[in-house]
Amino acid sequence: MTMLPPPSKKKLGLVIDLDTCVGCHACAVSCKQWNAEAAGPDVDSYGDAPSGVWFNRVHSYEVAPQVLLPPGDGARRADEGKMSGCSAGGPTLTPGPSTGGRGETQPAMTLHFPRSCLHCETPACVTVCPTGASFKRAEDGIVLVDDAKCIGCKLCSWACPYGAREYSEATGTMKKCTLCVDRIHDPRLPESDRKPACVQACPTGARHFGDLGDPDSAVSKLVADRGGVALMPELGYAPVNRYLPPRPRRAGEAPDAHASPQEETLDTAQLPPLLRWLDRVLSR
Amino acid sequence: MNPAFSILFFTTLSGTGFGLWCWLGLRIAAHPPLSPYEGIGWAIGLLLGMALVGTGVLASLLHLGKPLRVWRAFSQWRSAWMSREGVLSVAALAAALATLALLGLHGPPVALRLAAALLSLLSIAAVACTAMIYASLKPIPAWRHRLVVPGYLGFALVGGLLPFWPCIAVTPPVARTLGIALVLGGVVLAALKLRYWRDLDRTALPFTAGDAVGLPGRDVSVFERPHTETNYLLREMGFVLARKHASKLRRIALALFALVPILCAAIAWWQPATAIPAMAAGAIAFQLGALVERWLFFAEAKHLVTLYY
Repeated sequence: MTMLPPPSKKKLGLVIDLDTCVGCHACAVSCKQWNAEAAGPDVDSYGDAPSGVWFNRVHSYEVAPQVLLPPGDGARRADEGKMSGCSAGGPTLTPGPSTGGRGETQPAMTLHFPRSCLHCETPACVTVCPTGASFKRAEDGIVLVDDAKCIGCKLCSWACPYGAREYSEATGTMKKCTLCVDRIHDPRLPESDRKPACVQACPTGARHFGDLGDPDSAVSKLVADRGGVALMPELGYAPVNRYLPPRPRRAGEAPDAHASPQEETLDTAQLPPLLRWLDRVLSR
Repeated sequence: MNPAFSILFFTTLSGTGFGLWCWLGLRIAAHPPLSPYEGIGWAIGLLLGMALVGTGVLASLLHLGKPLRVWRAFSQWRSAWMSREGVLSVAALAAALATLALLGLHGPPVALRLAAALLSLLSIAAVACTAMIYASLKPIPAWRHRLVVPGYLGFALVGGLLPFWPCIAVTPPVARTLGIALVLGGVVLAALKLRYWRDLDRTALPFTAGDAVGLPGRDVSVFERPHTETNYLLREMGFVLARKHASKLRRIALALFALVPILCAAIAWWQPATAIPAMAAGAIAFQLGALVERWLFFAEAKHLVTLYY
């Protein structure tokens, strides 16, 4: 049914830590392996132009340094190195003590960004589906595709701004992240394994799984602690997954670089007599 | 967006078919036939509409991964525009068949006029649903433009006006009215598309790459793509059209769907003996122009997912 179910208390989703992700693609590969049947076979796997569905893809970006202008200018931000004129304007500044120093200048960095279905609360991909194949589970909010009903019209993939859905040429139907619904509720797996394959595979612990509808869950606390964000929330799809932004970096020089090193003091009155004599001898 | 020919043929052919049904429905509902032959003309028009809509729908099936399951696509009319389009298309076909039957069997005039009025309404509603499929997609900001739905309706109505011409009894006042309607329609459509294209050129995407990755305000650029080969997203959404090709194609489209039909109408007006070949040429030119316009409609629309690439 492509009418959305009433909002559920349980909102299962992922929290992805952009500060800890190193772009190793272990999550993408483990997802592909676990869902080999669900994603459908690849086309021309060993040939010249392999093509297939991946539920999870890891992008790598370069983030330019960001300079905060002094508060007197109305706290505008100017991106250093940006060639186009679409920033608020203003001169480019070099980072350093003159711009406010530590904490106000963010250096350039590499960002690794795993992208998969955000299991939105009000997803357009569900409501545009003409057959009812695309649906959101009422009990835990996981968004799925009923492969038996899908006609492969691709409209759901057009409706998703995050590119969560891909068309499988092999099966003629649409595929997407299932939040490993076959793992998380499987009683045959040990309790500790009942989480998505990507979460289990991540070597740096950058992926977390839990109930984001429960404010006391570990993931909700993590999101609150790190200021986790939803992607492009202005679109109104209310993503459930959260991304934890990289923590602010130190920038410029170390805070005490210009201060003279602390003078060492020696209280000779406290020393035993032998060492007091040694100090007198060495001070001559 | 990748301009799939199955979808292009579907929207242009079905659009013209529904437009023809819309005009025919209005004509049949408004007044009894002016001559015994006009009834035959109406029947031919209804059948022509069926051929156009039917061909378009068949073309659209080529876009599906599982066309044999398409019967399921009627079920979600409560939420999905594509479902509503299917339901209304079938309803319009039923109205067309009813109108045809009532014509052929010389049924009661009230029933005939009712069926024809319904046909007109359902046809234009079906086109509106088709347009709403695209206009309702927020991740494609170009299609959220307020002129998208009027554009689809306009192309259907003007496109339907051309084959409508030979299906009715054309007296000089009727010819004059139709000629003016055609010229006006061509001018309005041209103005509409020019305005849409102008706004398209001037409007950037509402989000940046930084917004897309959850770091609004930061300048984010691609360091390494997530995959070495292409994938479905890049093929379907990553279509890029060079600006110089776009301007050339826009001019071609305008010439074909506006200039040529208006010229043909002028020639038919000036030399009534050339009316049939002139209007036929105008109709063909319009369909080709509509095809080019629809191609541009898809090719020039950027999907937000391209921000990630």
